Amino acid sequence: MTKIKTPKKKKTRTNATAETMAAGQRDISVSEFFAKNRHLLGFDNPRKAMLTAIKEAVDNALDACEEAGILPHVYVRVLQVNETRFKLTIRDNGPGIVREQIENIFGKLLYGSKFHRLKMSRGQQGIGISAAGMYGLMTTGKPVVIISKIKRKKAHEVVLKMDTTKNRPSVISDTEHAEDDKLFAEGHGTQVTIELEGKYQKGRQSIDEYLEQTAIANPHAQITYATPTNETIEFPRVIDELPEEPKEIKPHPKGIELGTLIQMLERTDQRQLGGFLTKDFCRVGATKAREIAKGADLTGQSWVKTIGHTEAEKLYDSIQKTRIIAPNTDCLVPIGSKALLAGLLKEVKAEFFAASTRPPNVYRGNPFQIEVAIGYGGGLGRDDSAKVLRFANRVPLLYSQSSCCSFKAVAETSWKNYGLTQPRNSIPSGPLVVMVHMVSVWVPFTSESKEAIADYDEIRKEMKLALQECGRKLGTYLRRRKRMARESERRSVFERYIGEISRCCNSLVGADTDKLYKALLKQARRRTDDADAELDDEGNIVDDGGRLGNDDGVIIVDDLQDLPEQEDTLFGKSAKKKKKKITKKKRGKK
Amino acid sequence: MAKKKITKKKTSKKTSTKAAATPRKSVVDKKRDAATKKKIETLATSVVKRSMAQKEPSFEIPTRSISNMTYNKKKRILEMGTNTQTRSLFNLGQSRKFMQSLLLAKGCRDLIDAEKTLSLRGMYYMGLHTIPGTKEKTFNDQSESDGILEDLEVSLDGLREELHIFAKKRGTMVGNITVVDNGDEINCRKMGSGGYAIPSICEPNVMQFKKCEADFILHVEKDTVWSRFNEDRFWETHNCILTEGSGQPPRGVRRMLHRMHKELGLPVYCLLDCDPWGHYIYSVIKQGSINLAFESERMAIPDAKFMGIRSKDYDRLDLSDDVKIELNDRDITRAKQIAAYPWFEGKREWQREIKTMLNNGFKMEVESLITKDISYVTEEYVPQRLKEGDFLD
Repeated sequence: MTKIKTPKKKKTRTNATAETMAAGQRDISVSEFFAKNRHLLGFDNPRKAMLTAIKEAVDNALDACEEAGILPHVYVRVLQVNETRFKLTIRDNGPGIVREQIENIFGKLLYGSKFHRLKMSRGQQGIGISAAGMYGLMTTGKPVVIISKIKRKKAHEVVLKMDTTKNRPSVISDTEHAEDDKLFAEGHGTQVTIELEGKYQKGRQSIDEYLEQTAIANPHAQITYATPTNETIEFPRVIDELPEEPKEIKPHPKGIELGTLIQMLERTDQRQLGGFLTKDFCRVGATKAREIAKGADLTGQSWVKTIGHTEAEKLYDSIQKTRIIAPNTDCLVPIGSKALLAGLLKEVKAEFFAASTRPPNVYRGNPFQIEVAIGYGGGLGRDDSAKVLRFANRVPLLYSQSSCCSFKAVAETSWKNYGLTQPRNSIPSGPLVVMVHMVSVWVPFTSESKEAIADYDEIRKEMKLALQECGRKLGTYLRRRKRMARESERRSVFERYIGEISRCCNSLVGADTDKLYKALLKQARRRTDDADAELDDEGNIVDDGGRLGNDDGVIIVDDLQDLPEQEDTLFGKSAKKKKKKITKKKRGKK
Repeated sequence: MAKKKITKKKTSKKTSTKAAATPRKSVVDKKRDAATKKKIETLATSVVKRSMAQKEPSFEIPTRSISNMTYNKKKRILEMGTNTQTRSLFNLGQSRKFMQSLLLAKGCRDLIDAEKTLSLRGMYYMGLHTIPGTKEKTFNDQSESDGILEDLEVSLDGLREELHIFAKKRGTMVGNITVVDNGDEINCRKMGSGGYAIPSICEPNVMQFKKCEADFILHVEKDTVWSRFNEDRFWETHNCILTEGSGQPPRGVRRMLHRMHKELGLPVYCLLDCDPWGHYIYSVIKQGSINLAFESERMAIPDAKFMGIRSKDYDRLDLSDDVKIELNDRDITRAKQIAAYPWFEGKREWQREIKTMLNNGFKMEVESLITKDISYVTEEYVPQRLKEGDFLD
């Protein structure tokens, strides 16, 4: 900047001293930091900001309902106040929030129940919803309005402002609603209203898309969406069962870093090392604890207080060297193939669906599990490249597609083997929707805005395996469809010519045309039927439904592709058999 | 071309002799026809029988390719081997051909019944119709039906003539001979500048030889050269028969040459271009062709001689550079192929001839001799060769 100044002007510099600098040195509150760097949280532009706000609110709503064992019904309303200003209202039927916690949850950054535990949930850091409120406050100056009702208690309406310099909420007003408030039909729930600067646009990365995908990944949730254009879109519930409650787990020794270990040593309630290792970690028993302690020249009886930095380092090394079984995986609750298919079937107009759920695996000591579902054909766009729907703990990820691990996994999978076209180093093209879901107690996002999953080898490998499993099913289906087309083509060729042959033979040796035709027709049918039951590519006899017929992870919708039968005019009768032999499975209720 | 041509009227172009008025004997060979008809019916019966028994209708066709052909060293002709291929209805690639075969077999039977003959083109139209209930035609073009007819010939073991089919006629003849074609006497000494068009069918029942004074037959490659010889009345001065086959001679010409050679004992000399294609024409006249190996016995002339043009003629006759036509890649490959044929393999003179041509790097046409003199070929070249007896065998 000094270069711009004219050289003639004498430079006047006030050199700061340590003392003057000290005057400017002070605490930075988290909220101040994020208020300045709001793009880190996904509030970079009005359109994205509005989506992020809704996303955080809906995620919290679903988390709360599930944790309380309530089938979620979420109501989302986007009201346009003026050109650039929107009023978002998100209401759930969750358990409600106790009055004292309301301001902390909605008015303080990094406050929440989810950060300190290792449990699979949508939210992780406790930043989301309060950041949305903060964004609203900053862009419109309007406070957040929260109404929450606990069962058998009166609903509280709290108007909140956030003091960003202190990362502290300040309550503007607090009113109690009447006992017979009709806002929450089930007698409990939370509603949050945020006014913010935004932009509403349909299409890719829109609120509509986000809710649609949320409905796919949460078939047990009912979502009602009132759009700014005054339409009401209903995403119905297709599964009346809540997913199982994920268990909370303790950290796995191999999953922590040295700093975390030291921190844990400082904070533990345990006095002796043995107790610390067995109680604060999972998968460590008394024997394992002794082994680890011995590796660090300590014993199980060593006092935790005496462990300094050097000892901690040794302890850390010892943990890395010791063989410890992988963390238990009952903390993971995948959507499940059946529910995945139900969700996909509801929102995607394809003719073939396949899903697969991988067994749980571990990255950096954190258990995770991958699920993949695909939809092919039907009403999907034939010429575009495939659509990749990414999810993490049932939350759709809409931004930063190409830096996401799941996108890379889709591109790395060789779809050509399954009968699709795929440009080099790219995702396949054709009428295909690929859904990749990662569940984990801790999803490694690339940033706080939770847009993309970090690229861990273990994760990408699992994703590819799941994709390949689905791909194989798709390949089988496509091959069979091709073969059926070929067979029916073959049959029609034969049927075309046998009339000519019958007449020739009649003329040459006086054979009965009609009889001969029927005999040949019978043979033609038999021969093409034979081919229908040919051995498939894995050497098994393809039975009526094919291998896919008995597969729970596959749904084939075949009313989309039934072609009109051609009338056989040769002898004035139509005797074509039904060609399709795939078992028809009923669509999920809609 | 597309019209039905009936052999009985075919001679009208020629100078009609007085025989035209006399009631004509039927040229149809009843016995042969009955046998052919029987063969066609056997084929159809087998199709019906197999169909009714729910077995796949099929028939065998002897393979017409170089792999199924042997050179009979003793007879010095090409012969067809015993390999056959099955044509079956329920094979996607053969289904249509199977249907076409039956259609044409029926067409041939109808021809035999009607005691008429048709051209290949005529047969195409005879079998042509749209398959009921579809938009598909039984034949897309004539080449499709031509191929099927050749298949039928071999699989029925009946000749084209026996199936009452003839090809478009090609080839001309003039010389000291009188023939009877379909009952009309034809004096080949009085054929003007056009010559007598050799018919497609030259079987004894159609074509008889009457009076022949000629000493030999000179076969030239094409019409232009033949015209030179005819204009110079070469056949008169050298007492011979002059024939021409417009390139690769059709079956009619080859059958005619074969019969004159066999029945009248006339030696056959060939004057062809000095290129692989000329060499192969000679090969076909001499040993028979690969495609029609089954007819070699009736067509090949193992004693036919190759008179020229020889590759050494360029130096020997001191021809100008202008006559050189450079060999292209295809020529070279073909020449090497021909040299490797078993019937050329053992002939050292032929190997040398082809080698010289390849070394020269150019080919020459018969017409190149015109650079010496318009009538050099008739007055100098051929008489000289005949005198010296300088031929390739």
